[in-house]
Amino acid sequence: MADFIDYLFGIDDSWFSYLVAALVAAVLILHVVAVGALLFIWMERKISGRIQDRLGPTRVGGKFGWLQTLADGIKLIAKEDITPDLADRFLFKIAPYIGLAASYAAFIALPFADGVVGQHLNTAVFFVLAVLGLEVFSVILAGYASGSKWSLFGAMREAAQVVSYEVPLGMCVVVPVMICGTMNLTTIANMQSGFFTNWLVFNDPFTFLTAIIYFTCATAGVNRAPFDLAEAESELVAGFHTEYSGLRWSLFFMAEYSSMFIVSALASILFFGGPHGPIPIADILGLLPTENLGSGSAQAFNENADGFFAAMNVQVMIARVLGVGNLILKGVIGVTLMMWIRWSFPRLRIDQVMTMCLKYCVPLAAIGFIGATAWQYLDLPTGNALVDAPRYEHHEMWTDGLSKNESDVEAEAEAVESVEEVQTPHANDKVTDASSVTVKTVPVSVEKGGDQ
Amino acid sequence: MDLIAVAWPYWHQFFFVLFAATAIGFGFGVLLSKNVVRMAFYLVLSLGSTAGLFFLAGAEFVGAMQLMIYVGGTMVLLIFGVMLTAQKDFINMDTHTQDWILATIVGGSLLMVLLFGAFGSEDWKTPQDITDAEVQATKEATPLGLALTGIRVDTLGESTDAVAEGKSGYLMPFIIVSIHLLVVLIGAAYMARTKKLSHATDDKSSRAKLMLFKMEHEEEQLEEEQYVVTHRAKSALNPLDSENED
Repeated sequence: MADFIDYLFGIDDSWFSYLVAALVAAVLILHVVAVGALLFIWMERKISGRIQDRLGPTRVGGKFGWLQTLADGIKLIAKEDITPDLADRFLFKIAPYIGLAASYAAFIALPFADGVVGQHLNTAVFFVLAVLGLEVFSVILAGYASGSKWSLFGAMREAAQVVSYEVPLGMCVVVPVMICGTMNLTTIANMQSGFFTNWLVFNDPFTFLTAIIYFTCATAGVNRAPFDLAEAESELVAGFHTEYSGLRWSLFFMAEYSSMFIVSALASILFFGGPHGPIPIADILGLLPTENLGSGSAQAFNENADGFFAAMNVQVMIARVLGVGNLILKGVIGVTLMMWIRWSFPRLRIDQVMTMCLKYCVPLAAIGFIGATAWQYLDLPTGNALVDAPRYEHHEMWTDGLSKNESDVEAEAEAVESVEEVQTPHANDKVTDASSVTVKTVPVSVEKGGDQ
Repeated sequence: MDLIAVAWPYWHQFFFVLFAATAIGFGFGVLLSKNVVRMAFYLVLSLGSTAGLFFLAGAEFVGAMQLMIYVGGTMVLLIFGVMLTAQKDFINMDTHTQDWILATIVGGSLLMVLLFGAFGSEDWKTPQDITDAEVQATKEATPLGLALTGIRVDTLGESTDAVAEGKSGYLMPFIIVSIHLLVVLIGAAYMARTKKLSHATDDKSSRAKLMLFKMEHEEEQLEEEQYVVTHRAKSALNPLDSENED
């Protein structure tokens, strides 16, 4: 992107093009957060209404009350921003921004389609989880700084809950990482291209189990009902945001809805094919040539302007738009499911939440992890093998860098052997040459690697 | 147009200075603040800026690690801070002069070691002109992960046996640390478990039994003749009695 702007203005390696590129990406992601919150709050009202045999909002904006959230937003802006006397003013004011910043920053590494990502990170899964984990700071700080017992109780409950649910969540995320042999979300998504049998959720029974556990833990992790103890209305007034009003209060909700979307999108990338639909329409129509699959095309953007134009033909663009549509649709389905759960189940008590995590989720996640590992190790047939559909392999080939070096060939052969020991080959590998050309276009000397 | 054409590396330096200044500034914030929760919050910001430095250097894995372990660990510190400072007396911490002196000696000597280490290294004295492509090529976490599972990518090409032995990687330390952490985890869970009295296996809870026993005990004191016999019989039945009289 930056290279494209460089090319456009006829300048070389300038801060200006980086700034423009960063702004474009930031504004696009901001739309996902803000418009997403707008849509999801309206959806929440409609869905809760229908589940409780009501109509929900019907009047604002003509049909279906679809402008209800906007009207609410105007009301919230008009409200007075109150800070309680007992509050720690600085922390009280800054707390909502931390939550929003954390859930916004997690979008940086989330690929919406192949090559449509804010920043192409090699360890994207880890980054998203680490940054999303920071969101709990805002709840704890808000609870502490409000100077209210309700808020403090809510914050402490949230802290206990989030810290415990991160354990099974991490164990569930490790399973797709282990099967794909990479933490790169784009690569994980691309390994599930093709028919829906390629999705990791259908890989084996244990990944199916893991997907369910992941979704449960993610629901708890983003503090949604039935795990919304931090804001239990019946006991704690409104929990950690009791003392907040106006725009600051709404920032908490923007953060909550955007992190709901991000965990759903992460679930869809890890288990449900990500930007690849159940039927590979783009593949069948020949929109997406095989050599463009994989992170190679994303790299082509960053290499130079020629690469950018080469990658930017109309067919690939259509395929990408389809991919973005697919991912957003899957994310919205995940969010809808969370809403459905919220309005169907009663809230758990704190001890029930802990029991759920430590006695059920952690052991089940462990079983899922061990089972999936054993399945890979024993090389049992996966879901796509049953229907004999092709599967693309995009293992990170770090040996490519070594092979460019004119050092002894023995070492390379040994390296390839050792890779095969680590990464269990699948039943029907189809390793395309282009897919393995990921990042290692520059020869790395062996001595350089030793310094890392 | 001249301003626009300023090359990116200068702005890379700009961000470096920005992150470094934030890290140091909030570090001083930790030092000078008196409120425990604010200290923890400044520490979070300082460590977060350090993670920013790692991301700037292209070490994404280390940066994410920094966020997850250090910043996440500080969160637990924050929780303890909130829990311990629920009383007003402890919310502000006054540092005594002797504490300052001791901290300056310890911290200063550590800083000296670091400074000597940093300026003593020959490699770091001249700026290394590493291109973006080299950073791009070496910032993957795969070699690191392989090294932890026992394969050192960087020593595979070595012909000498002494270096090639490094192929075993860091599997052994990794497993030792893992088992150590597991033991700590189990130990913590064991220490924090609900402690049950040994006789509380019946349908009644231990507290209810204790109450019942005390009530009977009081009644028995009124019946002086039967007291000794009954009490001995009860104490034979109920081990709680010995605790009660202690």
